[in-house]
Amino acid sequence: MDSALIPEGVKRCPTWQFIIWIGVVGAVMMWGVFAILLVYIKGLNQTNMNNAYGFALWIWADLTVIALGGGAFFTGFLRYIIGKDELKHIINYAVLIGFICYSSALLILGFDVGQPLRAWFIFWHANVHSMLTEVAFCLTCYFGVLCIEYLPLALENRQIDKVPFFHHLSHNMHEIMAVFAATGAFLSFFHQGSLGGVPGVMFGRPFGFREGVLIWPWTFFLFTWSAAAGGPCFTILITKITEKAVRKKLVKDNVIELLAKISGWMLVGYMVAKIIDTWYWAAFTAPSKGFTLMDFYANNPGSVYGIWILIAEIGVCGVLPALILITDKGRKNRIALFLAVLLAVLGVCLNRWVMVLQVLAVPVLTFENWAQYLPSWQEIATTILPVAYGIIMISLSYRYLPVFPQERELNPIEAPVSQTQEQLPEPETPPAGAEPEPSPSGS
Amino acid sequence: MEKENSKKFGMVIDLDKCTGCGSCMVACMAENNIPFREDETDKLLSVSWMHVYRLTNVKPFPDTEECYLPRPCQHCEGHHGHSPCVSVCPATATDYDMDTGIVSQIYTRCFGCRYCMAACPYHVRQFNWWDPLWPDGMEKSLNPNVSVRMRGVVEKCSFCIHRYQLAKDQAYMEGRREIEEDEYQTACTQACPAGAITFGDLNNPKHAVYQMVKPDKKNGGKPKNPKAFRLLERLGTNAKVYYLSSREWVRRAGDNYLKTEGQAKHA
Amino acid sequence: MFPFSFEWIWDMGHMVFHGGLWYALSIMGLGLTYCIIKAAVDTAKGKGGYHH
Repeated sequence: MDSALIPEGVKRCPTWQFIIWIGVVGAVMMWGVFAILLVYIKGLNQTNMNNAYGFALWIWADLTVIALGGGAFFTGFLRYIIGKDELKHIINYAVLIGFICYSSALLILGFDVGQPLRAWFIFWHANVHSMLTEVAFCLTCYFGVLCIEYLPLALENRQIDKVPFFHHLSHNMHEIMAVFAATGAFLSFFHQGSLGGVPGVMFGRPFGFREGVLIWPWTFFLFTWSAAAGGPCFTILITKITEKAVRKKLVKDNVIELLAKISGWMLVGYMVAKIIDTWYWAAFTAPSKGFTLMDFYANNPGSVYGIWILIAEIGVCGVLPALILITDKGRKNRIALFLAVLLAVLGVCLNRWVMVLQVLAVPVLTFENWAQYLPSWQEIATTILPVAYGIIMISLSYRYLPVFPQERELNPIEAPVSQTQEQLPEPETPPAGAEPEPSPSGS
Repeated sequence: MEKENSKKFGMVIDLDKCTGCGSCMVACMAENNIPFREDETDKLLSVSWMHVYRLTNVKPFPDTEECYLPRPCQHCEGHHGHSPCVSVCPATATDYDMDTGIVSQIYTRCFGCRYCMAACPYHVRQFNWWDPLWPDGMEKSLNPNVSVRMRGVVEKCSFCIHRYQLAKDQAYMEGRREIEEDEYQTACTQACPAGAITFGDLNNPKHAVYQMVKPDKKNGGKPKNPKAFRLLERLGTNAKVYYLSSREWVRRAGDNYLKTEGQAKHA
Repeated sequence: MFPFSFEWIWDMGHMVFHGGLWYALSIMGLGLTYCIIKAAVDTAKGKGGYHH
């Protein structure tokens, strides 16, 4: 039915199957939309946030999707600025994932604020000294960059590409993509960092507060670093999950391994910095405010915020995946690689969790207790919404756009491509799009 | 920057006198049109600009001691007006006034991001989770000098700044430039039956608050009176609410200390 | 956001922050404009297809 829209030379599932799939995921999404409407109509009393937990699940989700969406800027940086040419085979997907993550982040911010109709005040009455202002500006601008990066891919849909103007536009945008990628890297550096600055500058909250350089606390740099390390891991993770879902290899191993290796070394660097930061904070910063390390981790109900968090974050989800990813053997072992990127992603999620929730949970006044929080179903539904939205976006893009340039080569549907052709150097053209020779049929 | 004749309004609360009766809370609610709900059991969802804490020395009977601690907004000055909440507000909806030392909140500017709540270690900033509704007829008793707040914004103690404005207007009408100490007093100060709360200008040596705590200007406003302390002094919030207590354990409860730090730290 | 809003101050913070912002926005805007105009010109010229 929709075969005219499907890229040439690739096989896709039957339309009815696709519609059912979108229907099921769409139902989950509608559940989230319903919860958003409740929040909009009735207000934030629909959440389980309170005056102790002004930030909760949503802000965590926000920080996390932005960190994981960091794969887009960092892969773009590596591909266009550093010149890692192999990464052109995964850059489309990295951009798509980034686009989903950032649009989700903006969506979440749209209902997280108490007065959504005034959300534009953050731009209009900007307080340039606030980390959140910097986040809002850079985030919105960078989302613009992601739209610009995603647009050429969308224009490469078989039917849209037939329109000469769109065809030329897509080509021209590819030509100067490095300029956009550089702008994206600049903006990302600042908003990822500013998100780290959000807890880092709170000198009234000893768990989050860090010293730093000039106006930037150390968490500023740690957040940027962890996004650059964890983001590509998320790109790899989603690529691997997509490959499992469609039962096809979509990206060649050498591309994945290159990205994994770079992520691994980034993660090593991040872990060294994180350990130094944690040590300095535990040994000097916190004691100067009258806290020991264990004051932040002990005596809380159910050990929800126990020391296990720190061990999990730095050890299991930090050092371990870093070690796997920097070894050739680890990257070549499919299970080890999958485990490593999964752990690295979990590590980033956990880091954002503590830097949002634990900061607020730790009692600062000596006569107050640990604050407790469990999200309401409305909060959960609205947080699952971006996941469902992401799955739909990926499904649509995968079906109708040439997201994976290597898919046809890896999954020939007609006569297999000859070995000699495979040995040929890659053509010097932008990543996605039609091969010089038209394929006989779509599916 | 702070001008030469600028004021620094502050409060001194004598915990030896406070009985924990809650009059200050009630007066504050009435004065500032603070909304309430039928069910106020969850105090983390309530709005109370002035909140009275009950402290205990955690010792078994008969050594058990208690102390009540009223906590308004501490109107932190931080370092050069960078109080924890003011610098983080993305929309400039809260401001540190160098002329009065009061941390203001512009309700119609606030869009409810709650970053200031996260930044404030004293939990003085509270969110309007619900629309403010008053029982039928009660809206007639609202204070016309204080705007009511809408759902979805943060609010906090203002040191009854509307009273300062009224006092200044009065003085202007009478051809005076300065107001007297007793012309501007907060609602909680006047309501306290034990006289535990004193309010005034910490920059003015003639004012009672100054004489009670003797703030050391060169030392970040730290009190020279050994009985006086501020909450969470070590965080560098540079608060303008001082507490007096003759009991060591109460003074020590005002801040966090490592076990290795001696009792004499806050003598 | 603009110098005419009353809270605007011509200090280093505002200049650096908004300098960076407008710099980034200009690059994006100019880049996009260039692509669109060039695409329109290419279309008018009837240039042949590219293969990406």
